[in-house]
Amino acid sequence: MSEELQDIQKPSRTPAELVALVEALVFVADEPITAKLLAEVLEEERESVQAAIEELAREYESRESGLQIREIAGGWQISTRTEFHEEVRKFLKTRPSAKLSLASLETLAVIAYKQPVTVPEILEIRGVQSATSIKTLLDKRLIVAKGRKEAVGRPMQYGTSKDFLIQFGLKDLSELPSIEDFEDLVS
Amino acid sequence: MEQEIEQYNFDFHKETAQIVGGNSDTLNIKIGDFAGPLDLLLFLIRQEQANIFDIPIARITEKYLEYIRLMKRLDISVAADFLVMAATLIEIKSKMLLPRDPSITDEEEFEDPRQELVDRLLEYEKFKTAAGMLHERSTIEQAIFTRGPIESDETNAEVDASVFDLLTVFQKIVARHVDEIKMEIHREEISLADMLKALKKRIFETGELSLLAFFEEMHSKRELVTAFIAVLEIVRTESVKLLQSKTFGDIILKKVS
Repeated sequence: MSEELQDIQKPSRTPAELVALVEALVFVADEPITAKLLAEVLEEERESVQAAIEELAREYESRESGLQIREIAGGWQISTRTEFHEEVRKFLKTRPSAKLSLASLETLAVIAYKQPVTVPEILEIRGVQSATSIKTLLDKRLIVAKGRKEAVGRPMQYGTSKDFLIQFGLKDLSELPSIEDFEDLVS
Repeated sequence: MEQEIEQYNFDFHKETAQIVGGNSDTLNIKIGDFAGPLDLLLFLIRQEQANIFDIPIARITEKYLEYIRLMKRLDISVAADFLVMAATLIEIKSKMLLPRDPSITDEEEFEDPRQELVDRLLEYEKFKTAAGMLHERSTIEQAIFTRGPIESDETNAEVDASVFDLLTVFQKIVARHVDEIKMEIHREEISLADMLKALKKRIFETGELSLLAFFEEMHSKRELVTAFIAVLEIVRTESVKLLQSKTFGDIILKKVS
């Protein structure tokens, strides 16, 4: 592709326009939208889109907006700020949804850190059957089956889902603190 | 323990697991707060202010069994996993009572029977702490709201169609109807009266009739049922009798002379 042609094809937008466009798309996206997808839709370079979205997030931050742009589950999302949760809840007339039980949270923690992991391996760590918890986590789509392990009985392996990242506010799995870090807290 | 209600509000920071009561009248026990036998064990070790690396196994075992007995007295089904741990504790306790092998003099060669349990407890506690971290994260996330879904082609089932679109579809349906091959299936039916008449005729001509052979002649289930009712009817109304030479054998319908 000649340079001349590239110039014609590439929509000429000012950085400010690009930030505004990114804001519009992040607003309408149902799920966290990736910089890659934004770049495709806008026919822009991935780097300039990335810069625009980061600039947008900073803008919201600096003017102490009621909204925030944040990176979650590999994409970007617009949401209300935690500080206003009481007022937002009052308006929406919603209450915090039922939390996971201690057993389910433990099971989820084992799956998050040891994935892909099988049911017997979870039992080994927790010292208790986890079938009910696994069902709850599957129903809530926090975990997904990740194929069978090539071992005796070919047990099913489980791992965390994209919904897990979203519901626990994680950019990706690497954002989880290392399991060894918890060792210091123990004892 | 796994059968507990999966969703209940539990504050990781304020609530601590505890065993309260024992007096069955004024009983208040927080059973659900233990996520498993390792969780209970950790709680007991902490309650006894014992060192996890030097667990006073006799005392802890006693406390553990006390708890299991309390659960049983309360008619709370004790999960098998709790009993497995009880057995493990008793096994360790008995091993501790055995005198050391005198041939092993080196301190390092001596294997503490508690070691495996300690390793498991430490490993478990890491994940228990991680579970607390996840709990905190989800609480924070619950304070964040995203906007509701926006109508799009995917979320809106309504289709934009003109009168001409409808007409085209209608024409296609009409055309398909013309092409359809019609096949009529006639059902051969024989009435009970006809069946009865035929049966009577057979009986009175031949004197006797094998029911097995008679039923064999029927073509459909419907005919079979009709034939069966006809046989019952003829036995009731006409002077015929049923003869069976052996159990489960053929039945002969015979005219009484």
